[in-house]
Amino acid sequence: MATLVLDHLNKIYKPRGRAPVKAVDDVNLASADGEIIGLLGSSGCGKTSTLRMIAGFEDVSSGTIRIGEQPIQQTAPARRGVAMAFEGYALYPPLKIEDNIGFALLRQRMPRAEVRKRVRDIAELLEIQPILERYPPTISAGQQQRASLARALVRRAPVSLLDEPMSQLEPQLRAILRARIKDYLAAHQMTTVFVTHDQTEAIALADRIAVMEKGVLQQFASPAELKERPANLFVASFIGEPPMNVVQAEIGTTRGARVVQLFDRAGEPSFTLPIGGLGQDQIPLAPGKVILGIRPHRITLADQGLQGRIQSNQWLGDQTHLLIEVNGIPLTVVTHRRIPGRIGDNLAIEIPPRALHLFEPASGRALLHGGDAVRAAA
Amino acid sequence: MASKISGGAVLRAAARIIVLLFFLFPIFWVFLMSFQTNQQILRIPPSIFFTPTLENYTALFSGRLQTASGSLDIAFIKNLLNSIILSSCSVLIALILGVPAAYAFARFKFRLGENIAFTLLSFRFAPPLLVLVPLVAYFQMIGLSDTYIGLIWVYQLICLPLILWIVRGYFEDISPDIEHAYRVDGHSWAKTFFKIAIPLARPGIAAAALLSFIFAWNNFVFALILASADKQPVTVGALAFVTSAGIQYGIIAAAIVLSVTPTLLLALYAQRYLVEGLSLGAVKG
Repeated sequence: MATLVLDHLNKIYKPRGRAPVKAVDDVNLASADGEIIGLLGSSGCGKTSTLRMIAGFEDVSSGTIRIGEQPIQQTAPARRGVAMAFEGYALYPPLKIEDNIGFALLRQRMPRAEVRKRVRDIAELLEIQPILERYPPTISAGQQQRASLARALVRRAPVSLLDEPMSQLEPQLRAILRARIKDYLAAHQMTTVFVTHDQTEAIALADRIAVMEKGVLQQFASPAELKERPANLFVASFIGEPPMNVVQAEIGTTRGARVVQLFDRAGEPSFTLPIGGLGQDQIPLAPGKVILGIRPHRITLADQGLQGRIQSNQWLGDQTHLLIEVNGIPLTVVTHRRIPGRIGDNLAIEIPPRALHLFEPASGRALLHGGDAVRAAA
Repeated sequence: MASKISGGAVLRAAARIIVLLFFLFPIFWVFLMSFQTNQQILRIPPSIFFTPTLENYTALFSGRLQTASGSLDIAFIKNLLNSIILSSCSVLIALILGVPAAYAFARFKFRLGENIAFTLLSFRFAPPLLVLVPLVAYFQMIGLSDTYIGLIWVYQLICLPLILWIVRGYFEDISPDIEHAYRVDGHSWAKTFFKIAIPLARPGIAAAALLSFIFAWNNFVFALILASADKQPVTVGALAFVTSAGIQYGIIAAAIVLSVTPTLLLALYAQRYLVEGLSLGAVKG
């Protein structure tokens, strides 16, 4: 158990004959003891480079990495106190899975009986007991990935680094293991950083998530905060499935009441939504262009309200995804009821003030979150 | 249902047989020659039916060659020993230098790295005579002329590029993450190289070593120019059988059979590694 601090961390690759690439751009991040941190982002966003710098496989261009109070960027990987599960598994081919998992413990001169017990326990947790006597090339990719994960977790190192730890697992097994791994990490107070591009995995496993894009840390917050209070348009659009509805809009006044005017894809004025209830005294909003974000789960179906036309209607077994066009603006709506409507049918929806998120068009910075405003007004 | 043999299949089979005969017949003929006397070899028309004799092999091992103009001392066994010393030591040194270099070229990107690697490879392209004339002068100046060390040094022109390029391909094929995992598990960089990288690249290293050994063994021109009689390998030693009493075809054939046997056995034993080594290392870009 230890804290991990990334202080103004930068990584610049300088490929020969090409312009330098800033893979990690001034990342600042601090974990608590035993905290589970998810690095989330699309491919090439810098999350794996960050992880590899912590492990010591990539040089740090500038900045500091501290484990506990100790800066470690000049320390050899062997002495950093990190364990790592690799995306490509990286199991030792000539060793049995059991020996692969227990390898580092034996290196630490832990008694063989203790190593064997620890290996058996972690193998049971990850459901790989039947393959302990097998060699890496003879087992499936999913089994290799769990073996690699077991090799990292069994060490209970001060900081555990997991690179896409469950990407090869079947969804059902992934869901089961996520819960077990979270329990295991919590039980042993293991500070953990894991990389994933799967937001469900990040939300389920992490205490806090660092969302990255183009090498820049966009937001570092709890899963709930990322959903309710995204720092910018990127985070708002990236977090949530299906993604947030994003519409061009403008703050204005109609008959003395503050409204947000929505524009359709052709840039023509569509309908307006009242924002008077958002408590303008508490959260001032200047008139002008904004980008409006609306989470699909926050839009409700109503008997009376904004009239729209169904463009698609998919029942996914436990929820319905509807695409409804309201006066030229397509909006995705999610409801847990099965909706009988067919394509072309009319349907009324309601967009409550707490569903609205307003962003600055130029920078994408969040200006207002409806939930905050409603709470402030209350 | 009766199977039909097409004309194309017959032609392909015939072409294969012709190619096989083209390449194997000379070897077969040399093998037969090694069991014949000079008179049997030179008779017209030649025949594959003869009474075999071991006198050529006996002469090679005894070191005494009886010719029409008298008895002649030959040093074939010494030449064979020279071949073994030169080839083995050259390969050993090339492995010691080439394997770490191949690892460095595979794992680290550094300034002029590709240029250096290509320069080493270009030693294979250059005609040996290009370097031989200045080498003779330099070696005489620094006292390496007609020494095993000098010859082994020059043989690096043959062995080092082969080992470097084949083994580099193997190292590139091994995921660096396996080495990273070993380092995170508490080991140093050097230990990772010796305990993980080298064992995993062992088939490639074996293939490269075998190929280098064969190329070194078959070399003729370096030893011809740079070595005197007591340092010459079998490839050059065979020239001694061109005597004033005529060319001793039978003895030359026996010498060829004996000198080819070690490399042939090695190649057959390690055929799979050789193919792997070439396909993974040398062919890979």
